[in-house]
Order: sequence, then C-alpha cells, then structure tokens
Amino acid sequence: MPTLAPEKKTARPANRGHRPAPELCFGDLWEYDPSPETADPKLKPRYELFIGGKFVAPASGKYFDSINPANEQKIAELALGGAADVDAAYAAAQHAFETVWGKMPGKERGKYLFRIARLLQDRAREFAVAETMDNGKPIRETRDFDVPMAAAHFFYHGGWADKLDYVAPGRRLAPLGVVGQVIPWNFPLLMLAWKIAPALAAGNCVVIKPATNTPITAVKLAEIFQDAGLPPGVVNVITGSGSTGGLMMAHPTAAKIAFTGSTEVGKVIMRSVADTDKKMTMELGGKAANIVFDDAPLDQAVEGIVNGIFFNQGQVCCAGSRLLVHESVARTIVAKLKNRLRVLRVGDPLDKNTDLGAIVSRAQLDSIQAYLDIGVKEGAEMWQPPFRRPAKGFFMPPTIFTGVTQSHRIAREEIFGPVLSILTFRTVDEAIEKANNTAYGLSAGVWTDKGSRILKMSTELKAGVVWANTFNKFDPTSPFGGYKESGFGREGGRQGLLDYAKLV
Amino acid sequence: MTRLPITKTPKVYVGGAFIRSESSRVFPLKDAAGNFFANIPQCTRKDLRNAVEAAAKAGPGWAKRSAYNRGQIIYRLGEMLEARAGEMAEAIMLGGASKAAAAREVAAASDRLIHYAGWTDKFEQVLGSVNPVASAHFNFTVTEPMGVVGVIAPEEAPLLALISLVAPVITGGNTVAALASTSQPYPAILLGEMLATSDLPGGVVNLLTGFHKELIPTFATHTHLRALTGVANAEERKTLKLGATESVKRTHLLKAEDKIDWFADSAQSVYEIRQALEFKTTWHPVGA
Repeated sequence: MPTLAPEKKTARPANRGHRPAPELCFGDLWEYDPSPETADPKLKPRYELFIGGKFVAPASGKYFDSINPANEQKIAELALGGAADVDAAYAAAQHAFETVWGKMPGKERGKYLFRIARLLQDRAREFAVAETMDNGKPIRETRDFDVPMAAAHFFYHGGWADKLDYVAPGRRLAPLGVVGQVIPWNFPLLMLAWKIAPALAAGNCVVIKPATNTPITAVKLAEIFQDAGLPPGVVNVITGSGSTGGLMMAHPTAAKIAFTGSTEVGKVIMRSVADTDKKMTMELGGKAANIVFDDAPLDQAVEGIVNGIFFNQGQVCCAGSRLLVHESVARTIVAKLKNRLRVLRVGDPLDKNTDLGAIVSRAQLDSIQAYLDIGVKEGAEMWQPPFRRPAKGFFMPPTIFTGVTQSHRIAREEIFGPVLSILTFRTVDEAIEKANNTAYGLSAGVWTDKGSRILKMSTELKAGVVWANTFNKFDPTSPFGGYKESGFGREGGRQGLLDYAKLV
Repeated sequence: MTRLPITKTPKVYVGGAFIRSESSRVFPLKDAAGNFFANIPQCTRKDLRNAVEAAAKAGPGWAKRSAYNRGQIIYRLGEMLEARAGEMAEAIMLGGASKAAAAREVAAASDRLIHYAGWTDKFEQVLGSVNPVASAHFNFTVTEPMGVVGVIAPEEAPLLALISLVAPVITGGNTVAALASTSQPYPAILLGEMLATSDLPGGVVNLLTGFHKELIPTFATHTHLRALTGVANAEERKTLKLGATESVKRTHLLKAEDKIDWFADSAQSVYEIRQALEFKTTWHPVGA
C-alpha cells in the first residue's frame, strides 16, 4: 500500500508553516518496466586517428580500450596518439590552412558547417546511443540535449562564416591559423562542437583531442567530416592519453590553444606555454552557488536544484553544487528535495526512464566517494535516498549534505559528482558574500519571484553566467565562460567567435 | 643676485596621496645633458602591494560611477594635461626628446584621453549583446570590469604609452597599479599631479616608479591583480605569465622587442578596453 512519508512532529501542529504537503511514497511496491533505447550506435571494434582527412593507424601501433561505465565492458579500442601523430596532425592542419581553408570565401566555409550540422541531425539517435555507452550519461540527456545542441552549434556558426565583418565593429577579422583543442569527458560531443564550430567559422584549422575516457563520438564525427566533404586536414582528431594532450597544447604550430577541463590541469597547460605567444581560451572548474530566496516558486526551485546538480550526474563544470537557501525556507526546501530525490531513478543509462546514469570512470567514482568521506569527517550531515548499487558499473546515488559551512572542503572544492552542499543565508548581502566566496566564478543561479532582485543579484555575482529561475541552460548564441580561476575567454555568441580570430 | 629656484621633490601618486617609497630608497635622475635633476622613488614590492590595496578599495566605487560621470572625469584629466602641456613636454625632454617631439607626445596623450573619455558610455553598446536563445528567456551579455589591473609601461614614450595603457583600463571601470618607465620616470610623476586634480577618485590610478626588474615578479604573482597589461621583454613575459597562472590572471602583453607606434590611430580602440573586461551572461525568465 502507498504510505505517507513520515512527518516530523512540530510544537505547533495547527500551523503548517512552510512544511511541505505530505508526498506519496510507493517504496518498491511497483517497478518500472525497462524501456531501453535500442537504436544501433554503429560502433566499430577499432578506431584509428583522423589525420589529413584519412583514418590512419598510430605510429606507435598502440591502442587503448574505451569501456562502458555502466557495465564495465569494452566498447571499442582506439588509437593511442603519440608525438609523431601529433606532428602529422599539425602538419596536415597547417597545410590545409595555407592551401585551402584559410583562403576559402566565408560563404563556402559556412556551407560545410551547415552540412555537418545536418548530417549530425540525420544520425542523432545513433550518436546519442554511442555517447551514452561511452560516457554513462542517461540517454534522455544525450538524445534531448548533447546531440541536438552539438548540431545547433555547427548550424549557428555556419551562419557566421560569411558575416565576420559584423563581429567587431571598426575592425576586420583574420583567422589565427591552426588551433589545438583538448576537451573533457563530461560532454564529449558537445564540447567538440563548441570548440570546432567557431574555430572553423573564423577560418582556422583544428587539431583536437577528445578525452581519454570518451573518445568515440569524436572519431564518429570524423566520419561525418568525411561524408560532408570537408577538405582534408581542416579538422584532425587525435585520440590518446593525457600526455598526448600535453603534446598537443605545447605544439609549436598551434597559434591558439583551447582547453576545457579542471583548473589544476589548466594551470599546468598555461605554465607549459608561458614562454610562447599562443592565444588561449581556458574553460576551467567551478563551484557554482544556486541561491534560493524565500519568495521563489519553491517546487520549481527544487526542480532547478535537481537539474543544477544532478544533470549529467553532477559532472558539469557549471553545476550548482553549493545550494544557498534563505533560512526561512531551508527546512521546506530540504524536505521537498529529499522527496524528489527518493523518486530519481539511478541506473541503466540506456533506459529512457533513467535520471542518473553512471559516473564516467572508476577513478572519478572513487574521487567522489573520497569527498563524501571528507564531508562526513568534517562534520556535515550526509543524506542519500535508498539505493541499490548495480552489480557492475560505476554508480553513485544523488547525495546531499546539510549543515555545511563555507570552510568545508565540500563547499570549496569542485567534486564533479552528484553531491550537493547546502548552506543557508538570511540577507541578500550575505547571499552575495557567500556566493562570491570562492576562487571560481563560472556560473550562478538565482531563484526569486522578483525581477529587480534577479538583476541586482546578477550584477553582484562574480560569475560568467547567471541563471535566473533556471539552471544549466545553454545556447549557441549565449556566451559561456568564467571569471577568476574558472578561466578566461568565452564560447558561443559573437563574443566567443572573436576569441578565435585576430583583429586586423 | 639671482634667485635660487625651488626644486620639486618627486613623489609617486598612490591611494590619492603623494608618497615616497616606504623603503626611502631613491635613484638619481639626470637630464639629457647628464646633470643631476632629482631623486626618484625606487618603489618596492611593498609599495606595489599598498598600491594594489588602494586600487582594490577604490574599485567598487569607481565601477559604480555612471558611465557619463567616468567620461567627464577622464575628459577632465585631458584638460589638466593640456593646461600643463609645456611643463609635461619639458619632463619628456629630460629623456632626450626634442622640443617638437615632446610637444607632439603631449598632444597625442591629451587626444588619447579625450578618445577614451568618449568611450565610457558607448563600449557597452558595441561589446555587449542580447542573445536570441531558443527558450523563453531574455538572455543578455554585458561587460564588467575585471577589478585591479597591473599596467607595465615601456621605456619609450614615457607619457603616451603609459596613458595609452592606463586609459582603456579605467575607461572600463577597472582600477590600476601602474609601473612607469624606469629610465624616464618623471612624466609619470607629473601625471600623478594631474590625476590628483582631475576629479578621479584617489586610488583609481596608482603610479609607481622604480626598477622593472625588481617589481615585475610581484606584478606576476599578486593574486589581487586580476589582469596584467603592458609591454615586456621575452624574459619578463615569461615571468609574468608563469606567475599569472597561479591565480589564472588574464595577461595582455605587448613585446618590448617590437616597434610599437603609440601615435598611430590603431594604438587606441574599443578592443583595448575589451582586454580588461569580463563578459557576464544573464538568463532572465520571460513570463507572466
């Protein structure tokens, strides 16, 4: 039988105050039937490097496995790119830049980008399944967000290619040359699109390395580059390890490097190119505050909190990992949040009903677990809904910490997992002070019914993106990027495009 | 009997006050003929830290001034420079410039200030945007000052280069800790006096004199400096970029080994202002 969730007895039962209405809890009375996405991801057993328009074996002859984090099975093996391969890729890119791409009229360049967008849309479901298998994120997200948004980025930037004179009034844009790009594992295909599309629109050629954990959609997209007739060498895809990425960033041919990843690795890269003139875009870590005021629509806010920190299992640089709640509604919010988390479905990422899929790797799962231990040890109170861990795969239930203070490591460091630290505040000034008390400054969220307060908060928050009554929204037209140690440069919009060009 | 003229003690302008270096160190400045002219403060890293502190204090107030007001204040600085153009030209001639060349540099520096004075209430309209996102949001991108910016002036064009570097930074609402030319520091000393009479709030621009070699490592690593702009040689650039990495400071450094034409129209633009700005994008819901 459905039962009522236990309610806390309060001193004044007549006054419901801010206590939420009781929720129906079904426990394990009914199970959802499995609803797997069955589209064929069309995977090959082995993927080569994509250099000069061809798939070529790595010079070393070595390969590495990519595994499905939901069942720990090998999906495919990928070429381990080394120094010789990176050199070859840069040479191919430089040649393409000098002979073809750098000279091509913008309207022609743009048509290639439009083609890529269309071909990706054609094969959207196939890419969504491949991405989910490689990364572990729910099919609901890859199908409805990652893949369509990647296509949208190509389509948007395709339109810019012949309109570059409108980007910087008073000046004209010229391409930089060859751009080296290294991207993370949390949005493998989408980050690829964010990086490649503006670079090509501005007339640059690209050498790009997908993350070691999630290389498959990158090499699959290379098939689309071939189908689109993209001239050889315009985009080169090098799969490999972290040290391959280091070689890519420090390569002398790279006129610009663009990196998305942790602040720690970003600093290593910045040091490695300190004696060069390379232009840089750095999209680094974050520890975003998601601020809920007492006048916010609370049910909507709870959905936003969930989307803010549990989207992609919290493996998002702009995740709303610090919840700042107005003290007067804190109990209500936490109670509503717990009810919501009880019905979040953690499990098979390919199941269309799954809300939280697998963590990308065992190493990441261990790192998140270590933070849970730290949180408990430092005195915060941990809560997780009932959770049955599957026998195989890297799964983590949604986790919240209450009683968190600003000095706790779980409130200061980027955990990159489904872990929410909850703090409270009393005044607007205190909320601003706490939100800005971080070395990061990528994003922030504000929940309130008051438009003027949204704008006041947006003005005061030191963050590159501020979401009001929403969270984790993205759009190719909307510049994204951080303040402070969250990096520099923007991606998306007119502002992002300018970071891939020089002014003449 | 001829009257003995009163010479001026050069002091640097920090936090709205005229100070000597906290270390009491000075270095002698000679005129073009090699005669002793004055002792110049040899500022230390402690002086730089004090300057950054003053700039950080002045920052929020300066950023909150209306764009119109900032424009008038920078225009007023141009007026102060123009009014003392002769004196400033003599300061530049200490470094060996001809009278005509010095006068030309002062005129160009005044014009540069007027150029940026006019940008304060316009750059937002050129650099910001409203973005047509696919969801029901009013999505807009505005600029914000980065905060305290370190400015390193080159040896040559001791007034014009310094002003060309400082003006776009304060136009954008930032505050500045700047290091003047080591070999030609006197124009910066005079500029401090003009800043003091220009309605620019104390601490918005802080000018230090001294040895680049001594101060550049602190510019590189000071975490309250959010960005570094200026001119540096290869070794200094490496030091600055390596130090900047620790707090992910933005760097925008021109090469000292390149010939930079500070007089050119291309030495001033809204894109110089952009170098010291952050972009912030807000998603505001649309609905009843």
